Amino acid sequence: MLRFTIRRLAQLALVVVVLSMLLFAWLRMLPGGPVSALLGDRATPEARARLEADLGLDQPIFVQYWRFLGRAITGDFGTSTGVQRGSPALEVFLTRFPATLELSILALLLAVVVGIPLGYLAARKRGSWLDNVSITWSLIGVAVPVFFLAFLLKFVFAIQLGALPASGRQDVGLNATRVTGFYILDGLLTREFDAAWNSFVHLILPAIALSTIPFAVIFRITRAAVLDVMDEDYVRTARAKGLTGMVIRRRHILHNAMLPVVTTIGLQTGALLAGAVLTERVFNIAGVGQAVAIGFQRKDFPVLQVVILASAMVYVLVNLIVDLSYALIDPRLRTR
Amino acid sequence: MSRAPSAGPRRGSSTRRRVVTAGVAIVAATSLAACAQSQREAGGGGEGGTLTFGAAGAPDLFDPFYASDGETFRVTRQIMEGLVGFKPGSSDVQPELAESWEHSPDGKTWTFKLRQGVKFHDGTDFNGEAVCKNFQRMFSQTGAGQNNALSYYWIENFGGFADGKTPSLYQACDAPDAATAVVHLTRASSKFPDILGLPSFSMQSPTAMDQYQANNVQAQGDSFVYPEYAKAHPTGTGPFKFASYDESNGTIKLARNEEYWGEKAKLNELIFRIIPDETVRKQELESGAIDGYDYPNAADLKALRDAGNNVQVRDPFNIMYLGITQKNNPALQNLKVRQALAYAVDRETLVKSNMPEGASVATQFYPKTVDGYAEDVQQYPHDPAKAKQLLAEAGMPNVTLNFYWPTEVTRPYMPDPQGIYNALAEDLREAGFTINPVSKPWNGGYIDDVDNAKADIFLLGWTGDYNTPDNFIGTFFGTPTNRFYTAASPWGEELAAQLKAADGEPDEAKRNQMYQDMNRKLMSEYLPAVPLSHSPPAIVTSPRVHGLQTSPLTAEEFASVSVSEK
Repeated sequence: MLRFTIRRLAQLALVVVVLSMLLFAWLRMLPGGPVSALLGDRATPEARARLEADLGLDQPIFVQYWRFLGRAITGDFGTSTGVQRGSPALEVFLTRFPATLELSILALLLAVVVGIPLGYLAARKRGSWLDNVSITWSLIGVAVPVFFLAFLLKFVFAIQLGALPASGRQDVGLNATRVTGFYILDGLLTREFDAAWNSFVHLILPAIALSTIPFAVIFRITRAAVLDVMDEDYVRTARAKGLTGMVIRRRHILHNAMLPVVTTIGLQTGALLAGAVLTERVFNIAGVGQAVAIGFQRKDFPVLQVVILASAMVYVLVNLIVDLSYALIDPRLRTR
Repeated sequence: MSRAPSAGPRRGSSTRRRVVTAGVAIVAATSLAACAQSQREAGGGGEGGTLTFGAAGAPDLFDPFYASDGETFRVTRQIMEGLVGFKPGSSDVQPELAESWEHSPDGKTWTFKLRQGVKFHDGTDFNGEAVCKNFQRMFSQTGAGQNNALSYYWIENFGGFADGKTPSLYQACDAPDAATAVVHLTRASSKFPDILGLPSFSMQSPTAMDQYQANNVQAQGDSFVYPEYAKAHPTGTGPFKFASYDESNGTIKLARNEEYWGEKAKLNELIFRIIPDETVRKQELESGAIDGYDYPNAADLKALRDAGNNVQVRDPFNIMYLGITQKNNPALQNLKVRQALAYAVDRETLVKSNMPEGASVATQFYPKTVDGYAEDVQQYPHDPAKAKQLLAEAGMPNVTLNFYWPTEVTRPYMPDPQGIYNALAEDLREAGFTINPVSKPWNGGYIDDVDNAKADIFLLGWTGDYNTPDNFIGTFFGTPTNRFYTAASPWGEELAAQLKAADGEPDEAKRNQMYQDMNRKLMSEYLPAVPLSHSPPAIVTSPRVHGLQTSPLTAEEFASVSVSEK
């Protein structure tokens, strides 16, 4: 188990180094660059040359990469040129990451809490109206673009009904104290419960919008997995043995069907990070996704590098945790 | 009850372990909570109320000297003031921190009489010495501080720095007494003192700048690192004081300056919420979360008005042109071909169908409100037949042009680049040109290519910073080797020299005469580009906002604004 974890962490390091190289080169091969983003329609050839020299962009790319590596080892990932000019890129990421994590956790929770039970029920009552309605619902979840759904939710609940806030993370007038950057947690820690509630309310619509795709996928996988397991010999045997339906369902069906579902949940974290770009834009949440959108627009290489590398690490780590959790679900895997 | 013992030893230990774990968790949580005390102060409310304005992007920093982006200036303009300001609703200069000024006949020595009893937000005095310290600070930038991306406005308007590598307009400043500052220039300039109204040259507290190391900017890695001053301690004399910037929630708060020398701000608190997406800004206004935002989409104006909002269209202070690069295509070095372009485009229809309300056809390279505007320039009405005839006369009936246009951008002067391109390309084809379209993202190669003179013709424009002709045509044609590449024509260098001479003419009447002559020549003999239109940007506020005076320079000040109850 320990060896397995160490091996996977070594793989993670390799992934990060290779990705950093590719990312570094790829960003710099895109047309345009921070210089035109900074100077815009006020650029002159002299000003451009001067700025390129000052930023070291006139150097060969491997020299630039070598410098980047040298600084990155000391924890300096460069300074933002566009998202939050002048702030260290790592700080930009750390300031924004809690917003994205808060949103993603809530969205994933929503997808799991609704998706798994519904998938299970749909499988058990295969062909029923519940099954058909949920399948249609999950199809819509995958097919409707996130931004469209987000606009729809916003239009109905925020603008027409005025029941929920249209965007942002918290009402400005609350003057809430910031501790960790996770607003809900902050509100609980400082006992500013109105602030915690306010942040939660702000998260409802974005979390629903972001959860639709993971929900649909988790629902479908659960349904398919449960259907598969239900036909297995050991379920028939268990039934023949005279075990109660409750025990069969819990121990034999649900337990064994969970393996592919947990894998899917791990893979869906990647989708969450990608979906956050759109959701954060529509709901104006100053998270990592918004930083990526602005970063590409303004060619903010340092911020893009940090954010994309960090997202890759999060993704790999989550999937490592998923792999480790297999052992809990399936004892046979522990000995390997 | 004695359930635990009867449950057996194994179970008991497990329960105990759970209890211990829970206990640890509670202790951890309470200790965390203890060090996370609420620091909430009673904000907002009070008489005057709060106004929340939707800003389109995060300000780069709060020291306007190092800034050139509108979102920074939108904030610092409320906090800081210059020696001169602009009359509300116009681009005309008026006294601000200086009550009056006079200059020597050669235009090189400027004496400013300063307003008395003015204090910076940190309580220090504004006086002659403070003025000179500000100028000295701007002039003696070193290292990264000299970079165009930081001290853009200084370089653009004053030229070089104290190290003398490039000549500077600024020479010295002295303060004979607390109420006087004398600024010495190396030559006369048409831009002085108007440029002192630019936010970049606002007067900032020398004490605060020292304390928070305002000059400590550094080029590090791929970017610049700003000092504490620029991030959290901007200190001016204005009607609002900087209160806080919450990066994680995208909000900037300003509070009323109770010790302001003039009429105090009506608002208690002014909040800027950063909302990068234009549609989201509109929705936030509709849901009542913000009280106004800038640059509403031209297509939304009617709906916004119908909903009871106040949509104000500013006076135009910009220009969009069809740029011509004379470097690559020899045909474009021929005046007749360039004139054919001008006759070919239907600017009346363009303005009517592609531009927002209040837009107008541009007859020359800047709007009417700027000095030196000439009424009698050569006109180019839409006339495809005339265009064809000119091409024939030039002996080039089949000219092929690489027409560059940008994607992923809207500018105040160019609301819909694709629509504008389509209209113009159609006009040009009708006149016999062959058009080869090249479209690139604004920050994805467009600006690079156009600046490196790779286009034949291109779409671009400019928003004025202040009311002098040099800010428009000086910027465009003062360098013969830029995107227009006027150096390819015999008059390119001559035009640059004329612009320099006019800028250095201290006599206003004479100077305006020179600019008028130049505008006539620009439109007849030179025609280095085709001016297309002026289109005024709009600003929208909710019905509860009163007293917002718009500015053609998009330099709105919120001190006069009040809000009624929701």
